[in-house]
Amino acid sequence: MDNIAFQGLIGLSLAMYLWLISAGLTIIFGVLRIVNFAHGSLFMMGAYLAFTFYGLLGLPFWLAVLLSLLGVGLLGFVMERFFLRKIYGIDEAYQLLLTFGFILILDDAVKIIWGGVFKIPPIPAFLDGAWRMFGRPFPVYNLFIIAVGILVALGLWVLFEKTWWGRLVGATASDREMASAIGVNVPWVFSSVFAFGAMLAALGGALGIPVRVVAPGIGAAMIIQAFIITVIGGLGNLKGAFVSSLIVGIFSAYGTLFFPVFELFFIFVIMAVVLLVRPQGLFAR
Amino acid sequence: MMAGRPASRLSLLVGLLVVVLFLLPLLAGRYPLYLAIQILILSVFSLGFNLLFGYTGLLSFGQAGFFAVGAYGCAKILLAVPNLFLGLAGGVIVAGAAALLLGILSVRHTRIYFSMLTLAFGMMIFSIAWKWRDFTGGDDGLVGIPRAPLTIPGLGSLSVATMERYYYVVLIVSLLAILAMYRLVRSPLGLTLQAIRDSESRAEFAGVPVRSYRLAAFTIAGLYAGLAGALLPPLENTVTPPVAHWSTSAEPVLATLMGGIHTFGGPIVGAFLFFMIKDIIVRFTEYWLIWLGAIVVVLTLGFRGGVASIFANRFLSGPVITRQSEPAPPPAT
Repeated sequence: MDNIAFQGLIGLSLAMYLWLISAGLTIIFGVLRIVNFAHGSLFMMGAYLAFTFYGLLGLPFWLAVLLSLLGVGLLGFVMERFFLRKIYGIDEAYQLLLTFGFILILDDAVKIIWGGVFKIPPIPAFLDGAWRMFGRPFPVYNLFIIAVGILVALGLWVLFEKTWWGRLVGATASDREMASAIGVNVPWVFSSVFAFGAMLAALGGALGIPVRVVAPGIGAAMIIQAFIITVIGGLGNLKGAFVSSLIVGIFSAYGTLFFPVFELFFIFVIMAVVLLVRPQGLFAR
Repeated sequence: MMAGRPASRLSLLVGLLVVVLFLLPLLAGRYPLYLAIQILILSVFSLGFNLLFGYTGLLSFGQAGFFAVGAYGCAKILLAVPNLFLGLAGGVIVAGAAALLLGILSVRHTRIYFSMLTLAFGMMIFSIAWKWRDFTGGDDGLVGIPRAPLTIPGLGSLSVATMERYYYVVLIVSLLAILAMYRLVRSPLGLTLQAIRDSESRAEFAGVPVRSYRLAAFTIAGLYAGLAGALLPPLENTVTPPVAHWSTSAEPVLATLMGGIHTFGGPIVGAFLFFMIKDIIVRFTEYWLIWLGAIVVVLTLGFRGGVASIFANRFLSGPVITRQSEPAPPPAT
C-alpha cells in the first residue's frame, strides 16, 4: 500500500513537468490558435541554458533558472515576431510546418553547441536530501517541483483573472478583431503571449536539470506527452491541461511500476479511449 | 518545329526519364544505384503522404510509424521465409492494417488535432519498436535480413541478390505504385477527396460520407508508407527503431514541401531534391537536419508552391491545382 502511495508521489512530480510544458502550449494555442510543434525544443533549450549557467558557469541555481527563462523568452519572441507573424493569414498547416522546421534547427543547434552526450549537474544544496514519506525516503527536490507546479497553476489563475495583461490576453483570445477595434495592440499581445508560453516551457526544462537528463532528445519526448495531454484535456483549456497532466503523470508512474516495458504504450491507450468516448477532450466545452 | 502542347511536352519528358531510369545500371556504379533506390523509396513514401496532405488536406506527422510497420513486417517475414514477394506483400498488408486501425481514431479529427494525433501515434509505434526487444530486437533492431529471391507462386523464382537486380525490383514496383496513384487521384475517389479538402461542409451537403473517405485516404497513405518501408530492409539488410522516429516522418513532409504539394509529381521531384541536398550537405557536416530545418523555414515563408509548381508555371504553363482554405473554425477555448 505504501508502495502505491509512494509511486503516486513520484507520478505527481512527473505530472508537474508535464503541466509546465502543456500550460505554455495551451496558452499559446488559446490566444494565437497555433500549435507550437517546437514547444518541446523550447523546453530543451531551457534545460541547456540553465545547465550552462548553473552547471558550467557556476552561477546560483535560481539565477541560472531566471536567466534561462529570459533567454528562451527572447527566443520565443524572435520566433513569433520575425517568423510566425508573417504567415498568420494563410492555411494553418504552414504554421505547423514552420514550427516543425524550428524543431529540426533547434535540435541540431543544441548538438552543435553542447555536443550529443547527456549531462546531469548536481542538485543545489538547499534542495538536496530526502524526507521519509510512506516509509521510504522521498527526494526533497521532487517535493519542490510539486510545489512549483501548484504555485504556477495558482499564479496563472491570478494572472488571467486579476491582472490587466491577463484581461488583455483573454479579450484577444475570445475575439481578436473586437479586441483590436477597442484599441488592444493585438500583435504585441501575440508576441508577449508566445514569449510567456516559451518561458513556461523553459521553466520546466530548467528545473528538471538536476534530476532529469539534459540531452538533445528530451524536447521530442516531452512534446509527444504534452500533445497527449492536450488531446485528453481538450485543446486550449488550462484546467484540462492541469488535470490531464496529473492523469498522464500518475498513470506513467504506475505504468513504470507495473508494466515497465509498455509504460509509454499505456498512455497511448488512455488517449485512444478518451478519443473514442469524448473526441473533443475531457474538459472541452 | 515548335514544341507541342504543354501536356505532351511533359509526357515526353516523363517517358525520357523512365528510359534513363531503366538504363541507369548500365551508366552508373553501385553508389548512384543505391541513391536511386533511396529516392524511389522516398518517392513512394511521399506520394502516399501527399494523398493525405495535398489532396485531402490532412497533414500527418506520423507516417514513419507505418513505414516502420512495413519495414519490420517485411524483415520478420524474410527472416522466416526467404521470399521477397511474400516480404513485400506482407509488409504492405500489416502497414495497411495498422493504418486502418489508427486511422479510425485519427480521422475523427482534422487540422491541428489530426497532426498532433498522427505524431503521437507514430511515436507510439516508435516506442514499441524500441521497447519490445523480443520481437523487434530493441535498439539493436533486426539484422541479417536476406535479399531473398523473388518467388511468385505459379510464376517462378528470380534471384535479386545483386544491387542491379534489386534496383530493377524497386524501380518496377515504384513505377507501378506511382502509376496506381496517378490513376487514383483522377478517379472518383481522388476527386471526392479533393472536394472534401476544398470544402468539407459542401461535400457533406452533397451526401459524401466525409469520414469514411478520409479513412480511405489515410489507409492508402499507410499502404504506400508500408510499401516504401518494406523495400528498405532487403537493401540495408538491417532495420532499426529510427525508421519509426518522427525525424523519418519528416522526410516525406520535407520532400513534398520542396517538390510542391499542388502537383502530382511534386513529391517525386522533392524526393530527388531531398537526397541530392542531403548528399551534398553530409559531405561537409554531420549536422544536416539544421539545414533542412532552414530550408523548411524558407519554403514555408516564401515558396509554398515548391519547385514543381515553379517549373509547371514557367515551362509548362499547365493548370496547377490550387488549394482554397476554409475560414478558421470558431475559437474552442
